[in-house]
Amino acid sequence: MSARLLRARMGDWTLGTAAALATLLLLVALLLILGDVGVHGAPRLSWAFLSQAPREGMMEGGILPAIVGTAMLVVLMTAASVPVGVATAIYLHEYAAPDSRWARLVRLGVQNLAGVPSIVFGLFGLGFFVQFLGTGMDTLFHDGKLVWGQPGLLWGALTLATLTLPTTIVATEEALRAIPPAQREAAYALGSSRFEVVTRLLLPQAMPGILTGAILAVSRGAGEVAPILFTGAAYFLPKLPHDLHSQFMHLGYHVYVMSTQSADVDASAPILYATVAVLLGLTFALNLAAVLLRARMRRA
Amino acid sequence: MPDTASESATIEARPPSGLGFAFSPRRQLPATPHVRSLPTRTPPRWHRPVEWVVRGMAAAAILAIILIFAFLVRSALPLWTSSEARKEVTQTQMWFAQTWPGYDAAEHVWQPVSDTPKYGIWPLLTGTLKVSLMAMLLAGPLGVLAAIYVACYARPKVREVVKPAIELLAGIPSVVLGFFALIVLATWMQTLLGVESRLNGIVAGVALALAVVPVVFTLSEEALRAVPQGYVEASQALGAAKWQTIWHVMLPTAAPGIATAMALGLGRAVGETMIVLMASGNAAILSWNPADSVRTLSATIAAELGEVVSGSPHYAVLFYLGLVLFAFTFAINAVAAHWIERQKDRVAGRA
Repeated sequence: MSARLLRARMGDWTLGTAAALATLLLLVALLLILGDVGVHGAPRLSWAFLSQAPREGMMEGGILPAIVGTAMLVVLMTAASVPVGVATAIYLHEYAAPDSRWARLVRLGVQNLAGVPSIVFGLFGLGFFVQFLGTGMDTLFHDGKLVWGQPGLLWGALTLATLTLPTTIVATEEALRAIPPAQREAAYALGSSRFEVVTRLLLPQAMPGILTGAILAVSRGAGEVAPILFTGAAYFLPKLPHDLHSQFMHLGYHVYVMSTQSADVDASAPILYATVAVLLGLTFALNLAAVLLRARMRRA
Repeated sequence: MPDTASESATIEARPPSGLGFAFSPRRQLPATPHVRSLPTRTPPRWHRPVEWVVRGMAAAAILAIILIFAFLVRSALPLWTSSEARKEVTQTQMWFAQTWPGYDAAEHVWQPVSDTPKYGIWPLLTGTLKVSLMAMLLAGPLGVLAAIYVACYARPKVREVVKPAIELLAGIPSVVLGFFALIVLATWMQTLLGVESRLNGIVAGVALALAVVPVVFTLSEEALRAVPQGYVEASQALGAAKWQTIWHVMLPTAAPGIATAMALGLGRAVGETMIVLMASGNAAILSWNPADSVRTLSATIAAELGEVVSGSPHYAVLFYLGLVLFAFTFAINAVAAHWIERQKDRVAGRA
């Protein structure tokens, strides 16, 4: 074997092994986290745990209020984020000329929004929604009585909607890009207006893509804690949220407070693990659905 | 996908509509050539206002960025304008070492709750950098190597499993990673390294790396797969071994894309809050020792804002920290955008 060939073989072996090992390490880390949470969380999981309110200072009972709070938050967030995200994507891909200054500005805005740290969204939510909009609404409609000018469900949801806006925009644009231009041309040739092309031709076809984006946004929204720290999450509430301005319990926030401020870590560990398992199961199911949906779309 | 067909399809005889025309007098048309609808039937009148709503909503992202900046500044404003706030803290005191009462020499100290509140920002900045760099040192090579594996070595069947699996890693909420670091990783690390404080920069850095790896991996893999097949084939035709092709042809071509991946990964690491809040120990110590307890910018905001009176100097300082974070990620984005353009040029053979 010549020295040259030997060098080639050695190099191939080294790079190939290193690359495979790195991949393996990541997969092992993923499985470790899943396994640890699964093994320690599963014993405590039961229907009662999911359907009861916490009792005895969180040591007994379940996490129903946190599940309901998270669900309400995420539904509100989706209702605010998806229409705006879809409209932005339609504007960028179907209305604006690709190199128009305005479209480029919008794209720049989306990119930068995607990079803003989640805690900064929390500051923004507190400064803008709670203190500016909320207090403003109170002086206008409630004679200065404290109704909206405090952290609550709506403000938390709107803060998260701002955070997940780029996710829905990018997913919708990707879906629009996958529709062949010839279809649009055919529709225009038949005399459709642009609005008809968008609503009857493009949106139905882009639906799986939009859905993927919405699912990813929901999963992100359900897991993010930093933005809702100051915009509405509460550690313990005896009642379920009943109004748009009431505070709410949240799975992620619950995990954070229980794991950092618990008086007796060993005693609360089983409940904590079970809560993490529920949160992780929820976000994982959503992500898996998105991944599968996207894979199916790409094959189609 | 820039196609030349659309560039040539500039049709000028179209009524100006929307905000776009306000900026560009002669519009380039989008990828699909628009043809005016035939005059035989006109769409219902209500289509127009609905279309205007769509255009209006498209401004939301820009509006959000502007509002974020404006309201960070609004809440941090007392630091510049209020003489009362400036009695407690000035920007000079934040950025430069001060000889505080009871101290022998000038020092950077972050101690907002004390008789003389001290707002030295450097312990937080070095803490943030220390943890982020450690995360990048781990996540950078791991992410790129995994990307090389998936893009160049893995068989299609393997790729179809491995790629979604690593993307699933991105779906783990950061609070769960923080929890894992706090409960499990910290104990392992302490047994392994025998460090003094259970929660420290290393634990936070490792957990942070798990959050950053998917970003680096996904973008690097995209960049590697965007390398034109012709480059690879040319290299093979010259008799290069596989690793030589990857190392000397694919990686250099994809370098701007990989650099973008690193930049965005760093941005994520710097801004990540829950992981560092839970796993770093949160002691504001000015040191470069990774085994010390660490307090970052983001964790400081998260930990202290809840207990601060709205409108107080401390409150303003926390929003000021938010501004610093915001400015940093903005800078990273600008750099990344520049590199993305370079990548496009390079793949197209223009540079």
